Parts: sequence; C-alpha cells; structure tokens
Amino acid sequence: MLDDFMVRAALAGMGAALAAAPLGCFVVWRRMAYFGDATAHAAILGVALALAFSISVFTGALAVALLMGLAVTMLSARDHAADTLLGVMAHSALAVGLVAASFLTNVRIDLMAYLFGDILAVSRADLAVIWGGAALVLCLVGWRWQAMLTATLNPELARAAGIDPRREQLILTLALAVVVAVAIKVVGALLITALLIIPAASARPFARTPETMALLAAGIGIAAALAGLGASVSFDTPAGPSIVAAAAAGFTLSTALGALRRG
Amino acid sequence: MSALIETHDLTLRFGDRTVLRDVDFAIRPGEIVTVVGPNGSGKSSLMRALIGGLKPAAGRVTRARGLRVGYVPQKLVLDRTLPMTVRRFLSLPRRVTDEAAREALARAGAAGTGQQQLATLSGGQFQRVLLARALLDRPQLLILDEATAGLDQPGAAAFYRLIEDVRHDTGCAVLMVSHDLHVVMSASDRVICLNGHVCCEGTPQVVSEAPVYRALFGEGTRGALALYRHHHDHHHHGDAQSHDHPQAERHAEQAEA
Repeated sequence: MLDDFMVRAALAGMGAALAAAPLGCFVVWRRMAYFGDATAHAAILGVALALAFSISVFTGALAVALLMGLAVTMLSARDHAADTLLGVMAHSALAVGLVAASFLTNVRIDLMAYLFGDILAVSRADLAVIWGGAALVLCLVGWRWQAMLTATLNPELARAAGIDPRREQLILTLALAVVVAVAIKVVGALLITALLIIPAASARPFARTPETMALLAAGIGIAAALAGLGASVSFDTPAGPSIVAAAAAGFTLSTALGALRRG
Repeated sequence: MSALIETHDLTLRFGDRTVLRDVDFAIRPGEIVTVVGPNGSGKSSLMRALIGGLKPAAGRVTRARGLRVGYVPQKLVLDRTLPMTVRRFLSLPRRVTDEAAREALARAGAAGTGQQQLATLSGGQFQRVLLARALLDRPQLLILDEATAGLDQPGAAAFYRLIEDVRHDTGCAVLMVSHDLHVVMSASDRVICLNGHVCCEGTPQVVSEAPVYRALFGEGTRGALALYRHHHDHHHHGDAQSHDHPQAERHAEQAEA
C-alpha cells in the first residue's frame, strides 16, 4: 500500500494536519502568526546548513527553527514592540536562508521543494519522521493542555495556580519547531503558518470549547490535505499550495456559515 | 495565629526602577486586608510578588506550607478567537466535577451561567464567575486585584457584600487591592496605604485619619468615611463576626453617601 506515492502523500498530509491542528489553535489564541512565520522561515536556513554539513534535513530544520523560536521568545519578552521585531526576524530569516542556500555550489538543492513542499515525493522514511513528529507534538500538547490553556487565558491566573507561563511558552515553542520540521516536506516553509492558522480559524465559528475547536481544526486540516492532493492530481497544480487553497476555501465557507448562523 | 503569607523587607524592581521597597506585610487566617494607593504605587506588583509572579529584588516572601490561594485577576481579556464556556473555564487548570462547579457558581451568585460563553457575560457576571473559579479550591486566602474595576458603584458594592458573605461562610482570609476606597474600606479589618512603600497601616479609621493618607487621597473621601464610622459603630458593639446589615439600613447608608 505504501508503494503508491499517492497513499504516502495522503498519509503525510494527514500527519502534518493532525499535528498542526491543536498547535494552530494556540497560534491563533495567542496571536502568534508572525511567530510561526519566523520559526518556519528560519527552517530554510536550517535546510541549507544541513545540506552543507551533510546532516539530515529534518534535524537541521528542527534545530534552526527551535533556535529562532527561543530567540524570538526571549526578545519579545523584553521588548513590547514585538510585532515589528517579529516581522524583521521572519523575513530576515528567509532572506538569509536563501542566500545561504545559494552558496551551496556542490550540492544540488531544489529550493522550490523546501519553500512550497514536495509532498508527492515523500518517502517511507519521510513518513516515519512526519508521523513520529506528529505523535511527539500531540503528546506534548496533550500533556500540557490544561496548563497551556490557563497560561493563555491569563498569566497571573496561571501563576496563582502554580503554573509557570514561561515554561508553557517554551514547550509551545518546542512543539512549534517540531511541526515546522515535519511540515516543511508537506506544504513548504512559506505555507506552514497557513496550515497552522487556517484550519483553526475555520473551526472557530462552530466551537464552544477549546477542545472542540482543536478537533474540528484537525478534521478540517485533514479534509483540506486530501482535497488539495486530489485537486493537485486532477488539475496538475502544485500540491502544497493546493492544500492551502483548499483550506482557504474551507475558511471562506465556515466564515459565511458562521455569519449566517449569527445573523 | 501564624500568617498565611508574610513578606520581610520586600523590595521589587522593574529594571532600574524600584516600585516597592522594604515592605513588611502579613495576613492572618480570616482577616480582610485592603491595600490602597494611587496608580503606580506598587499595589499590583505586591500582589504579583505574593502569588509568585514577580521575584523580589531584595527581602523575601514566605507562604504557609500547602497554602491554597484563590486569585481573582484585575481583568481577564478574552481573545475572541478562544471559545470558552463558563463550565469549561471552571475546570482550568484543575478539572472539577459538575457538582462542584454548580456549587461554586451558586456560591458566587452566578448560578445557571454554566453553558454561556465567557465572552457574552456582563461585567458583573464575569467577576462572579472569576470568583466562583477562585472558590473551587476552597482557598485559605482569596486575593482580589482591583476586582471591581469594570463595575459601577452599586455593582461594586454588591460584589464586596458577596466577598464578606464568602469570608463569613468559609472563614478564608481576603486580600484586596482597590480604588473604591469608601466601599472597600468599610468591609476591611485592616488597611494598608501604599505609595512605593507602606505609608501607613491600621484599622480603616486610623488610616483614613492619617495625614499621609489625606495627602494622597485628599479630603474628598471625608463624607464616605463618616459613613464608614457610622457603619462600623453599631456592629462592633455586638457580634464582631457579623457584617450582615438589614437591607433597608444598607440603603439608608448609601443614600447618606
């Protein structure tokens, strides 16, 4: 079954969507979209470094994404003009990554594959990494769910209950770096944030609790991954962008339905 | 009786700025203590240090072992993207049974709101839900940081009566920070006036007559404090535990104010 590249692609898309869903909810609730961008763009630099030093691309992307996440967390805790700072970091990381990749003269690097994903070329080993990463993220988020929700609502409320909001933020940063490293093969560094926030935002109008929002987001993300793949095969469009376009269509539909229900 | 929380020579700094220095503070079981002070006087920083959210630059904070604190934050800004029913909120961070949730809501005067979204509650209801959540752990100490900032005066007065009832029923100590001087002081056993350090401290009557307090808050509160004296004169003779006033009498007092 795994010999079929479409089956592997579908499984890869579902794994990435599953990991992205609960984390994407936190990205939306905590207004961390730019944070997601900075982390994801940094992964390109990680890819370039990994190829230069002949280590695994997953490891390189994970390490640099994690470093970027930690740097941004520390800087934005100190400085309240976080929006500008994050914009600078997000786009600089991308630019520096692309420049670094251009220095790799002795390695052939298909930049488009890392920028927009290459889900149709997912190998069995990639699948193992994607599902392993997804399982790790789901365990982390599941384990810290109550504490992270409390810290998201109000840091002082968390403190009074013996929860350290900074610790929860660090765990969130770690989980985000894993999702970036996992999803880079699926939708590419440029569209990872979309995979995080669009399913979560689409789920919002129909959710009454944080848990239903995360579950709905997972369902919407998986549906978008499958629909995007199908469209990609039928119309010969790039797979990563097709998945995000399918998610965007879902968002439009859910926003319209939400408005109708309220109105 | 030993203190629930104590600070010794506590000094708090943000960067180079000292917001609070040399504070010796203690609250004992069952006490109602109010911290008053102008904006930027370090009231909220003191609260944060007491719950462990702010590290002392000098001095120390000592809590009784296993102390259960119920915390009602100044305000809770709910992001519109976060769906949250009242019932779900009560289970953060510790999951509670439906029965415990119902009891806490009833106790805080917010019965029947369980299935509502937090975002749709009125200001007064929201504060009651925050109080209900704080009561779930059967706190020995209830900390309220400007808990009535968003309420009008009758709303704030009703909320403080509720706090007094809770103290009366559960015996928990209450520590409040407030701007609503006349309302909040009348319910307090002890008042601490803060302005970067402890200016003065004592019974509401002592503090309200202290020159430093007058200097900070002006003479404008005199009428209300006269009301305060009247308020306390009659039940201090009798049962000191009881803060229950007949409803009609309460209205009369408010009319005087």
